[in-house]
Amino acid sequence: MTRSCESPRTEDETAQVTLSIDGREVTVPEGETVLAACTAAGVETPTICWAPNLTPVNVCRVCVVELEGSRTLVPACSRPAEAGMQISTDSERVRHSRRMVLEFLGSANDLSQASEIADWSRTYGADPARYEGSGTRGASGGSGDDDGGSHEQPGPERVDEPVRIQDDLYIRAYERCVLCYKCVEACGDDAQHTFAIAVAGRGFDARIRTEYDAELPDSACVYCGNCVAVCPTGALQFRTEFDLRAVGEWRPDDQAVTRTVCSYCGVGCNLELHVQDERIVKVTSPADHSVTSGHLCIKGRFGWQYVHAPAFEPPTTSAAEH
Amino acid sequence: MADLHFSDAEPTASERRAVLAALSVDEASDGAVVVSHPRVVRAGMQRRKRMRHQLLPALHALQREVGWISPGGLNFVGRTLGVPPAEAYGVATFYEMFRTEAPTHELSVRHVCVDPICALAGAAPLAEHLRSQGHAVHECPCLGQCERAPAVFIQGRREPDRVPADGSGPDSLLVSVTASTAEAPSLLRQMIGRDRGHSESMSMEAYRERGGGAALDAALRLGTDEVISQVTAAGLSGRGGAAFPTGIKWRAVADGGGPKHVVANIDESEPGTFKDRLLCELEPLAIIESIAVAGLTVGAEHGWIYIRGEYPLATQRLRQAIAQARGAGWLGDDAAGSGQPFDIELRRGAGAYICGEETALFNSLEGFRGEPRNKPPFPTTHGLFGRPTVVNNPETLLNVNEILRIGPEAYRSVGTEGSPGTKLFCLSGHVGRPGLYEAPFGMPLGELLGLAGGVQGTLTAVLLGGAAGSFVGPDAETLPLSLEDTRAAGTTLGSGPVMVFNDTAEMSAVIERLAKFFRDESCGQCVPCRVGTVRQHELVTHIRRAGGPTEPQRELLGDIADAMGDASICGLGHTAASAVLSAMRLGLLGDTA
Ligand SMILES: Cc1cc2nc3c(=O)[nH]c(=O)nc-3n(C[C@H](O)[C@H](O)[C@H](O)COP(=O)(O)O)c2cc1C
Ligand code: SF4
Ligand code: SF4
Ligand code: SF4
Ligand code: FES
Ligand code: FES
Repeated sequence: MTRSCESPRTEDETAQVTLSIDGREVTVPEGETVLAACTAAGVETPTICWAPNLTPVNVCRVCVVELEGSRTLVPACSRPAEAGMQISTDSERVRHSRRMVLEFLGSANDLSQASEIADWSRTYGADPARYEGSGTRGASGGSGDDDGGSHEQPGPERVDEPVRIQDDLYIRAYERCVLCYKCVEACGDDAQHTFAIAVAGRGFDARIRTEYDAELPDSACVYCGNCVAVCPTGALQFRTEFDLRAVGEWRPDDQAVTRTVCSYCGVGCNLELHVQDERIVKVTSPADHSVTSGHLCIKGRFGWQYVHAPAFEPPTTSAAEH
Repeated sequence: MADLHFSDAEPTASERRAVLAALSVDEASDGAVVVSHPRVVRAGMQRRKRMRHQLLPALHALQREVGWISPGGLNFVGRTLGVPPAEAYGVATFYEMFRTEAPTHELSVRHVCVDPICALAGAAPLAEHLRSQGHAVHECPCLGQCERAPAVFIQGRREPDRVPADGSGPDSLLVSVTASTAEAPSLLRQMIGRDRGHSESMSMEAYRERGGGAALDAALRLGTDEVISQVTAAGLSGRGGAAFPTGIKWRAVADGGGPKHVVANIDESEPGTFKDRLLCELEPLAIIESIAVAGLTVGAEHGWIYIRGEYPLATQRLRQAIAQARGAGWLGDDAAGSGQPFDIELRRGAGAYICGEETALFNSLEGFRGEPRNKPPFPTTHGLFGRPTVVNNPETLLNVNEILRIGPEAYRSVGTEGSPGTKLFCLSGHVGRPGLYEAPFGMPLGELLGLAGGVQGTLTAVLLGGAAGSFVGPDAETLPLSLEDTRAAGTTLGSGPVMVFNDTAEMSAVIERLAKFFRDESCGQCVPCRVGTVRQHELVTHIRRAGGPTEPQRELLGDIADAMGDASICGLGHTAASAVLSAMRLGLLGDTA
């Protein structure tokens, strides 16, 4: 398994570049991104598809900033910082595009469990309701039965997907999926190298899928849960969390996080046990941990169930023998 | 790479045969590719990548054989090429020409274009008629036959693909304003008035008699630096839509380290554009020669043709021309006696407008989904397979041949200071004589329309640059068709489509269709375009039904346009609102209530 975030940077004496963020000079190591420079300048940047332990795919576009001399805005998360860049992170253009990205997502997806995106949506004043009736609010004759036909004016198209509950480990609720590609990256080149899932279809119909939408146990999935750990919207969710939420008992604020080392093998993966009401409800690994980069295998991720259950049985999937 | 996991689905014997025939692999070796193209090996790629670029040809083979990409067939392809099945499925579902559900019939499929020009010419009744005759019909975007609308393309089931109009009907009209003077650049000179179907005229001898081969000779004689400085001095800019200076691109790649690639972008899918199809059908050897000129000039070993899947005749003629060029020694280990290896491989697209975007094209060719890459880095340093790559439109490449033939001075004798040379314009819709017109840059729009027999009826609007372009009104007849003048007027020439609409066209229907085009063709990767094109189409649909936009709707369309233009990854999103906005400015969507 390769470590993610392998950048071409050398460890020793990296060259530094100085650029301007909102008029403030900042210096970062060469090879760092504009996002890192923004952070260094103390500017908070919204991100959805970026994660410290994944290769940037720069698809959500919520992190865009204005770069002097560039015709279009540029994604902070993947654009390498260059000496002399003049970056604005809070111009009218930047605020507009960020607001629209958030508004578009709000109009298309169920973001009720994407708390960070909801926070940013408030910050930027996103109003997904603008698309209800496709902008016909306040219009006369906007109901559209002008030619006497029986046109049902459908609301804005949304990502309409049933919740998939196939096993006890995690669920998939793709109506929440904003297509950030993080799960695909985590399952593929960036961590797991299992390639069980990919983006299928095109345009608005694009979805995260196994081949022919095969059930997970029939796919290549080895139930490492790495995709679940990186999902920013709750589209992928551990079954424990899903069940607790269903009964209104998911209380992140009441959860204690204990760091420990996985006892299954000698690799030394660090685990974070999320405990609520004296029960483990989730296991993660720190994204900056040198061994895991936040990624685990099925044993570390789900093997805790023996703590509570009389006899731990690994999930019955052929792929889980990995 | 971890071992791949496949389901139990097995290919049928015919699926195996079809795939193996397409891949030149040896079944005895357990599916491992043994006879991959030699130069791919030289590229030094990892084995998986070496094989993966054959994914599209393999999927084409399955689709033709059984009418869909079955789970067993996909597994076989995935095992053979080392592609995980989820990823292969993701690729198969990206393209218009591939189905991933079992077909209910054994028929070849008639693709009927429903884009604006064909819609005006009766595409809907044609589709209905074909259905009533029991044909399988698939409605599709522009097929690049707008001069002979309505257009049909037949995707063959166990038979070759074909275009019915290729074997019947009159030849498409070619007109060139500059062809009569040998000292002026003209791409069409040798094509006009020739017996087109005649295989004799397609031979290497006949091509040489017409002056073929001179560009390659000149390129070898002059050498890299002199060729590039002539191209630069001639002021050649790309004809694929973005008008990037060709000399700068070639210089950058020539300066890069090997292995390098040259790609001819013949994906031609911009609605209203059909020039590349005609160029390839009429003078395929010139295209091959021009790719060799590019390759030997920048020091690339690998030439590629990426041609849209709906161009069977052009594909066949290019393949034949590649074979002829190999026979003549233009391609091979010592290409044209240069001492350098250079060869060309042809790949067919499978129905995706976005794959004309250069970085989407690379991904598609490499066997990945045709999703554009973020730029920078640019293709000149990180192109196909991550290597320095020249990607050019065939019209651009043929212009290099002309520059080498007459020299940069003579080349600049036509056109404007800012846009030297000629441009190919694809005239379609309500003009007297739709067809392919070559005119010097700077010719006023009205004069070009006059050349084409004038507007039929009363002009309402002209769509310049296709779906990604913008509408201009009747007052634009004096607009000089140069890069600088159209830019100053807030419009674009794009790749050269000129779609003419008179007062009988229902403009709101045309505009709704353009909005639908972008909704369908967005790759879906980035949020502004994936959702923005949908919202734009929904709005335009509402506006059309209501007879005009409300003020909030105007505002919302503007907001969507700004975000798509500013925050999208690629040119598709950047231009997806341009035609709609221009139409609204011209009042073509009705007046604000
Ligand atoms: C959505 C989209 C579609 C495109 N389609 C084509 C095409 O079909 N053919 C083409 O030559 N260029 C196309 N382009 C432009 C290419 O990205 C690229 O600029 C061009 O091939 C470069 O060649 P040139 O410099 O000779 O024009 C397209 C661009 C976009 C954004
Ligand atoms: S659980 Fe692991 S193997 Fe399964 S889809 Fe998620 S990342 Fe891939
Ligand atoms: S399922 Fe989650 S991680 Fe995967 S693309 Fe959707 S939102 Fe992103
Ligand atoms: S702008 Fe549209 S076509 Fe281009 S990458 Fe984004 S979604 Fe894909
Ligand atoms: S966070 Fe930068 S594009 Fe998504
Ligand atoms: S072929 Fe139909 S519009 Fe071009």
